[in-house]
Amino acid sequence: MSDTPAATDTAFVDFRKVWLAYNDDLHAKGIFAVEDINLQVQQGEFIAIVGPSGCGKSTFMKLTTGLKRPSKGQIFVDGKQVDGPLKISGMAFQAPSLLPWRTTLDNVLLPLEIVEPHRSQFKAKRKEYEARASALLASVGLGGMEQKFPWQLSGGMQQRASICRALIHEPKMLLLDEPFGALDAFTREELWCTLRDLQAAQKFNVILVTHDLRESVFLADTVYVMSKGPGRFVVKRHIDLPRPRDLEITYTPEFTDIVHELRGHIGAMRKTGASAAINQ
Amino acid sequence: MNRKQQEAWAPWVLMAATIILWQIICSAFNVSEFIFPSPMRILEQTIEHSSTIAGHAWRTFWVTMVGFAIAIVVGVLLGFLIGSSRLAYAAMYPLMTAFNALPKAAFVPILVVWFGIGVGPAVLTAFLISFFPIMVNIATGLATLEPELEDVLRVLGAKRWDVLTKVGLPRSMPYFYGSLKVAITLAFVGTTVSEMTASDQGIGYLLISAGSSMQMGLAFSGLLVVGVMAMLMYELFSYVEKHTTAWAHWGSQGE
Repeated sequence: MSDTPAATDTAFVDFRKVWLAYNDDLHAKGIFAVEDINLQVQQGEFIAIVGPSGCGKSTFMKLTTGLKRPSKGQIFVDGKQVDGPLKISGMAFQAPSLLPWRTTLDNVLLPLEIVEPHRSQFKAKRKEYEARASALLASVGLGGMEQKFPWQLSGGMQQRASICRALIHEPKMLLLDEPFGALDAFTREELWCTLRDLQAAQKFNVILVTHDLRESVFLADTVYVMSKGPGRFVVKRHIDLPRPRDLEITYTPEFTDIVHELRGHIGAMRKTGASAAINQ
Repeated sequence: MNRKQQEAWAPWVLMAATIILWQIICSAFNVSEFIFPSPMRILEQTIEHSSTIAGHAWRTFWVTMVGFAIAIVVGVLLGFLIGSSRLAYAAMYPLMTAFNALPKAAFVPILVVWFGIGVGPAVLTAFLISFFPIMVNIATGLATLEPELEDVLRVLGAKRWDVLTKVGLPRSMPYFYGSLKVAITLAFVGTTVSEMTASDQGIGYLLISAGSSMQMGLAFSGLLVVGVMAMLMYELFSYVEKHTTAWAHWGSQGE
C-alpha cells in the first residue's frame, strides 16, 4: 500500500516523517540524529543543506542513498521506496580519497568495475568506458590527465577527479558532502562553476551538504537550513536568482541579501542553542 | 661527493672502520683467539672450512625459506581474516598478541618431541617467529579503510569482497612487503636458534659444535654467514617492495 507515493508523486526525492536513531539503545531513549524530516525534491533540482557541524547533514546523505534505514518514516527516490544502497546515486566527499596506485583514468573507472550492468561488461566494453571517462575528465578541465597518478594532481584537480568518479555511471542523483571544504577560495569558486556547468548539461539531481552559505546560494535552487541536536529542517529557502548564474552574481545585493537572511537563521539557532546549553 | 652518495657509502665505511678497529685491538693487546678472534683469524677460518660452512649455510638457508614460505601463506590468510572481520579481530587479536610474547626458542624442545631432531623443528620455529609481523601488517592495511571511500563503493552495490579486493588488498601491499623485510630476518633467527639444540646440521649446529671445541674463529664465521644471508634477503625484499608498490613512496618523495 505504502509502496507507491500518492500525494506527491511528482517528487524525485520524497522524505515522509523520517526519524533516525543510530541504534536501538538511543531509539529507546528517544535520542534521534535527525527528526521528522519532510522533504520533496523535484526531478533535476539542485538542493543545498546548510547548518552547524554535527547537525545530521551527513546522516541525511546516508538516508538518501540507502546506506542507513530510517527508524521511523519512509523515503522514496524516483518513485520507489529506498530499502538498500541506491545505485542511481554517486557520492563525493571533502577528501577526494582517490586510490594512489591507480591512474586518474582508472580511479574514475572504478565504479564501473562494481556497479551492474557495467560490471559484467567491463572487460568487453573497456575502450568505450575509457572514452566516456576521458570525455568526463575533459569536461571538468582534466583533459590529458588520464595517465597521471593522484599525487601528481593538485588538491583541486583531485577533487574534480573525485566528482568524475561519482558521475561516471551516470547517476540520477549526485550527493556531495562538503566537497570543496578543503580547497582554497579561488579553486573553490572554479569548482562551483564546474559543478554548475555539469549539472546544467546533464540535469542530474544534486544534494549538496555544505558549511558555506555563499556556495549554497550560488549553486542551489533550494537551500534547507538544518538545526542541531536533533537535526531538523528549520528553514526552506527557494533561490530564485536567474540561471545561468555567473560568479559576478555573488557580488550583487540580491545575492548578499539571501546570504544574510540565511546567516540570520543560523545565528538565531546558535543563540538559542547556546542559551539552552546554559539553562541545563 | 653529494649527500646521496655519502649516505650510500656510509654503512660500508662504518663497517670497514669497525673491522679495522677490531683488528687493531686484537693485535695491539694480543687477545687470545680462543677468547675473541681477530677479523683476520675469522677470515682464515672461513676460508679453511669454507666447504663445511657452505654445506651448513645451505641447509640453514633452505630450511629458513621453507619456514618463511609457510609464514607468508599463514600470515596472509590470518591477516586477511582478522583485517576483514571485526569479530575475527576481536576474537583473535588478544590471543595472537599473547602468543607472540612467548619466546619461540621455548617451543623447540616441544617440537623435538613431536617431530624429532632435524628439519621439522627448524622449519616450524622459523615459521612461528616470522608469521606474526606479516599477519599484523596485512590486517592493519585492510582495517585502515577510509569510511567515505567505503560509502562511495557500497552505494554502488559493492559487496564486502569487492571492497577488500579492489581497495583493501592493494592498500595493504606496502605494509605486506614492509613486513617481509622484518619477517625474513626473524626467520633466520628462528632457524638458527632451533638448529642449536635440535639439529645435526645447519649454522646453529655449527655454532654449538665450534663453540664446544673452542674453535672460536669458526663460530664467528657461522655468525658472519647468517648475518650476510639475512642481510641479502632483506635487501632483496626491500628491492621488491620498492618496485612493486612504488606508489606508496611517490607522494612523500616528490617526483
